Amino acid sequence: MSREEGDPARAAAEAVARRSYGKLVAFLAARTRDVAAAEDALSEAFAAALTDWPASGVPRTPEAWLLTVARRKLIDAARRRQTGESATEHLLLMAELAADEDGETQIPDERLALMFACAHPAIDPGIRAPLILQTILGFDAAVIASAFLVSPSTMGQRLVRAKGKIRQAGIPLRVPERADLRERLGAVLEAIYAAFAEGWSDPAGTEARRRNLAEEGIWLGRLVASLLPDEPEALGLVALMLHAEARRGARRNAHGEYVPLAAQDPALWDARLIEEAEALLFRASSMGATGRYQLEAALQSAHVVRRVTGRADWAAIEKIYDALLALTGSPVVAINRAVALAETRGPAAGLAALDALADDARLAEYQPYWAARAGLLAAAGDVESADRAYEQAIGLESDPAVRRFLQQGRMKLRARSGDPAGRA
Amino acid sequence: MKYLLLIYRSEAAISAATTEQTGQMMAAYGAYTEAMKKAGVMLGGERLQPTATATTVRVAKGKTEVLNGPYAETKEQLGGFYMIDAPDLDAALSWAARCPGASHGTIEVRPIWAM
Repeated sequence: MSREEGDPARAAAEAVARRSYGKLVAFLAARTRDVAAAEDALSEAFAAALTDWPASGVPRTPEAWLLTVARRKLIDAARRRQTGESATEHLLLMAELAADEDGETQIPDERLALMFACAHPAIDPGIRAPLILQTILGFDAAVIASAFLVSPSTMGQRLVRAKGKIRQAGIPLRVPERADLRERLGAVLEAIYAAFAEGWSDPAGTEARRRNLAEEGIWLGRLVASLLPDEPEALGLVALMLHAEARRGARRNAHGEYVPLAAQDPALWDARLIEEAEALLFRASSMGATGRYQLEAALQSAHVVRRVTGRADWAAIEKIYDALLALTGSPVVAINRAVALAETRGPAAGLAALDALADDARLAEYQPYWAARAGLLAAAGDVESADRAYEQAIGLESDPAVRRFLQQGRMKLRARSGDPAGRA
Repeated sequence: MKYLLLIYRSEAAISAATTEQTGQMMAAYGAYTEAMKKAGVMLGGERLQPTATATTVRVAKGKTEVLNGPYAETKEQLGGFYMIDAPDLDAALSWAARCPGASHGTIEVRPIWAM
């Protein structure tokens, strides 16, 4: 009986939690810079809601109810503290928080300000994405830890330390001035993309937590794009993530085997997501400021044009990689550019571009370099070198499905060389 | 909030500077200090004698040890500091970036522990 009464209240509290957690944390923390205290006050308010609502009914404006209770908890907590710093803080809080306690005013959305604080250059880059996931989405440290493959206690400590730094070093919860906005926005977008990439790196979709992370990354990207609709890179990032998400189901076949992009069946791509991505990218490109995410989204676009024309637009892909390489200088981009060159100008041109990278010591242990090399050498007919490159690539790969794919490539190569007639 | 801006610079580079360069540097620091005073952020600041003048003291097991030299041998040395009052870290960082020492060395920005 009580369970039946309790469930709708619990469901209402949880729905509010999901929808407005970050908004409430951001609103409270923006006034105190104390993210941890805002989270504590809010979790106490949610606990209070779960006891109160089943008895007295869900309030008309649950979000305002939670905010009012969380504010009181915050003020209580500040009052309990004894130091001079807290006394001043306490007075400020009382004034700020009491100012609009009618519960009817619209709660301003300060999530963007909180995200800028989480991705501030004074915060260790590796903890920015986890911090955003925790403060905006309310993920607990254990869930974040399992997605980022670190121990829960390590992740917990790093999150606590980062929140401590926001408060102690006085990192502002504010959208930066125009002059700093582009650069700082880069860090916010990078953190969101890191969260998405953690989720996307589970191709089989068997790890629910990781899959969830990809969806949340897209959600965060959409949030930033809606709050900064004139920032083309924010739109570009959403377009990039949607393109990647659209192909999630096509990356493995029915037997769980790895299917490279070039061999994927376009019928398995999510056309709705692709169309949304294309529309966003088009809007971004009309704003006249290109950047990494727009270029990467444009790459995806040039690949998936195959669903219409039957062939990826390799000439466009080569041009985009030129632009990306000029922008990032990344050896990873250079490898992909070499593969594109092989498509437009033949395997010898691609191999020459790869050879030019051979001095980079980092590539010696980088699987995609060896896989690209193996593929191009095989296409050029240099079976012996291709075989050695396959061996390197296989030895460096950690994903069993990709490893099997490379092993099959190597077997085909050997079969072909063993039977010269089959080479024609 | 109060912040200490710690200015680290290579003493070797300072002593190798020409008289003209030194004059320019002093003038730049003069202007910087004035700007901070005008903005009402400056609480204090001093230039330090080189690390060759430093002496380090610590008491271990009741015994006072006195050592010649700075606490740590580093490529750049602490050469001076400013104490400022700024609304937040971004404001403090923008003052640190304007410090002439930031273009030749490194400025460490540390919030003051409020008691």
